Amino acid sequence: MNPAIQGLLTIVIGVSGCVGYFYLSNQFLDKVLFPARGPNAGRNINCANMIRPWLFLLPAILALGVYLAYPVFETLRLSLTDRVAGGGYEWAGFDNYSQMLAEPKFWEAMRNNMLWLIVVPAMSTGFGLLVAQLTDRIRWGNVAKSLIFMPMAISFVGASVIWKLVYDARPPDQDQIGVLNAIYIFFGGTETHTWLTLPFWNNFFLMIVLVWIQTGFAMVILSAALRGIPEETIEAAILDGANPFQIFFKIKVPQIKTTIMVVWTTITIVVLKVFDIVFAMTNGQWETQVLANYMYDKMFRANDWGVGSASAMVIMLLVTPILIWNVRNARKEMQ
Amino acid sequence: MSDIAGTRPALRWVVHASVVLLVVLWVFPTLGLLISSFRTGDQIASSGWWRALFPSEQNLTLRAAAPETQVLQDGLYVIEGNIFDGERASDISRWGVNSRAIDAFAPGEKAELRRGGTITVQANGDYRMENTEEFSGKRGPRVFVTTTLPPEFTFENYAHVLFNANSSDSMGKAFFNTLTVTIPATIIPILVAAFAAYALAWMDFPGRALLIAAVVGLLVVPLQLALIPLLKLHLNIGIGKGYLGVWMAHTGFGMPLAIYLLRNYMAGLPRDLIENARVDGATEFQIFTKLILPLSFPALASFAIFQFLWTWNDLLVAKVFLIDASGQTTVMTNRIVELLGTRGGNWEILATAAFVSIAVPLAVFFAMQKYLVRGLLAGSVK
Repeated sequence: MNPAIQGLLTIVIGVSGCVGYFYLSNQFLDKVLFPARGPNAGRNINCANMIRPWLFLLPAILALGVYLAYPVFETLRLSLTDRVAGGGYEWAGFDNYSQMLAEPKFWEAMRNNMLWLIVVPAMSTGFGLLVAQLTDRIRWGNVAKSLIFMPMAISFVGASVIWKLVYDARPPDQDQIGVLNAIYIFFGGTETHTWLTLPFWNNFFLMIVLVWIQTGFAMVILSAALRGIPEETIEAAILDGANPFQIFFKIKVPQIKTTIMVVWTTITIVVLKVFDIVFAMTNGQWETQVLANYMYDKMFRANDWGVGSASAMVIMLLVTPILIWNVRNARKEMQ
Repeated sequence: MSDIAGTRPALRWVVHASVVLLVVLWVFPTLGLLISSFRTGDQIASSGWWRALFPSEQNLTLRAAAPETQVLQDGLYVIEGNIFDGERASDISRWGVNSRAIDAFAPGEKAELRRGGTITVQANGDYRMENTEEFSGKRGPRVFVTTTLPPEFTFENYAHVLFNANSSDSMGKAFFNTLTVTIPATIIPILVAAFAAYALAWMDFPGRALLIAAVVGLLVVPLQLALIPLLKLHLNIGIGKGYLGVWMAHTGFGMPLAIYLLRNYMAGLPRDLIENARVDGATEFQIFTKLILPLSFPALASFAIFQFLWTWNDLLVAKVFLIDASGQTTVMTNRIVELLGTRGGNWEILATAAFVSIAVPLAVFFAMQKYLVRGLLAGSVK
C-alpha cells in the first residue's frame, strides 16, 4: 500500500478511533453502566463521575506508560543482563557497566558531555539574555528577535550542513569557500584548518551549532521575563542614580533568576540528549564522542544492547536531579 | 523610559550596532547555504558564496573561430566574430593572446598572433583577425580575457534534487515519507492529550496530583532510554520497523509535553464557564467538545507546531523505528546524513537537499511564530 494512503488511513482511523472511544465509552458509562435515572440515580451519577476521569485518561496513560515509563525500568533491567546467543537473556550483574567504564571511548564521551554541559547552557543563556536585553526597547527589536529565533525551526541535521559549509577548508592557495577559514586567512592566517578534525577544539565547533539553535529559545523566555519586571523597581534605581549596567546586573537579573534557572535546565536536558549534530558532523571521530552517540554506536553498530542500555542509564542518571527539581517545583506551584 | 541605554545617544548607538552584529552572526550561516543552493557546483567550489552577490572578475580562456571561416576582403584574409560565441557576454577589461600575459592588451588594441596575423578584441567581445596570408591550422587561436561577470543563479540544483527521480540524490521520495511520518504523528497525540489534560485540569479524582507530577517527571526522560526496549517490543508484537511504529513512538514521546501544555492552559480557563455549563446539565463530554476544545485553540496550535517541527526534524526516532534495510522508507534528515557521507564535497547537492528539508519548518515558523512563542512560554516548567 502506498505510504501516503496508509498515512491518510491512519489519520482517519486514529482520529475516529479516538473520538469513537471517548464518545462510546462515555455513552456506555452514562446510559448502560450507571444510568442517571431509576431508583439509584444519585448514586449512579456519583459512580459515573468517579470513573469518567479514568476514561478520559486511559489512552494517554497507556501511551505514557508503554512509551516512557516502562522503558526506564526495562532499560535498567537490560543494562544488568547480557544477550545469549540464540535468544534469551542472562543476568550479568554490573558486567556491562564495568565493561563500559573500562572503555576509553566512554570516558571521552563523558568528558565531552561535561564540556557540553558547561559551555552550551552558559553561552545560550548568556547570548539569549544579551539579545533579550538589547532588543527590549529598540524599534526593530521584534524583527531582530525573530531572525535570531529562526534556527529553532531548523533541524539539527540541517544545522549541521549549514555549519559544515562554514567550517569548510580548502588548500591555502585557493579561494576559501568556508567563512571561518576565509576570515582566518583575511586576518593573516597562513594555513587553513579543517576545524572539525582539530582534537579538543573541534568539540567547541560542534557546540557552537547547538548554541546557535538554543539562543533563540533562551531569548524568547528571558525576553518575556524582562518585560514582566515591575517598572517601579527600575524607576527607583534610576532615581537613585544607578547606571545602566548596575540596573541590568543588580536590579533586573536578580528578579528573573528563577527564569534563568528554568532556561538553563531546559537547555541542559537538550544537551544531554544531543545526538544528531555529532552524528552528522563527525560521528564521534577525532575525539568528539558524546554519550548519546556512544549509546547509538553500541546499540546499532556494535549491537551490544547491554552496554548500550548501561550508557542510556548514565544519561538518565544525569537527568535525574533536574527531574526531581522539576517535579518538586511543579508540586509547590500546585499547592 | 528607562532602558539600559537611558538617554545617552552614544550608548544607544552601541546597542543598535551590537544587535545588528548579532543578527548578522545568526543569519549568516543559513544565508550561505541558501545562496549556495542557487549556484552551480563549479561556482561554489571556485569562490566563497559571499562573492556570489557581487559581480565577479574572472579570467576566461576562449577561442576565436577556426581558420576555415576566413574570408578574403580587399586582399586581406579576415576572420570576424564574437569571442563569447553565444555564451554569457560581458564587458572585457583586459585581454591577451599569450598564457603568460593574459592582460597584455586593452580592448580595441591590436595584438600580433604567434602564427602570423593580428587580432583586435573589442570590449563587447567582437574580434577581427587580419592576415596577408591565409590562416592555417585546424583551430582558432586562444584568447584570454579578463571580464566582470554579473551574479548568476540557477534553479537547476532544485530541479535535480526534487524532480530527477532516477538520480541517487533524489529527495522527492524522502519528502513524501517525511510528510507521511509527520502528519499522523502530529494529529493523534493532540486528541489523546486533550482529553487527558481536561481530566487533569477540571475533574476531581484521587491521584490527580500524583499523575500531574508523573507527567512533569516524564517530560525530561531522555529518548535514549526508550530506544532499545521499544524496538524490542515492536519486534516482538510484530509491528517491526515501519510507519505504524514511528507514529506510535512519536505519539508516546510527544505525550508529556502535550498534556503539560494543554493542562496548564485549560486550568487557566475561567471556572465560572465550566461550572455554569455543569449546572445547565451539560455532560462532561459535551463541555469538553463544545466548550473546552474551541477555547483551547491557542494551546492546541502551540503544541501542534512543536510536534510538527520535532517530528519533521527528527532523525533518531526515524532511524530506530522506521528506516529498514530496504531504504524505501527513508526520511529527509536521514537522506541528508547519507549525502554528507557520500557527497561530502558536492555542496550544490548538499545545500539544496538541506534547504528542501528546512524550507517547510521555516515556513511554518514564520507563519505561526506567535503560537510557537506562546507555547514556549507556557511549556518551560516554572
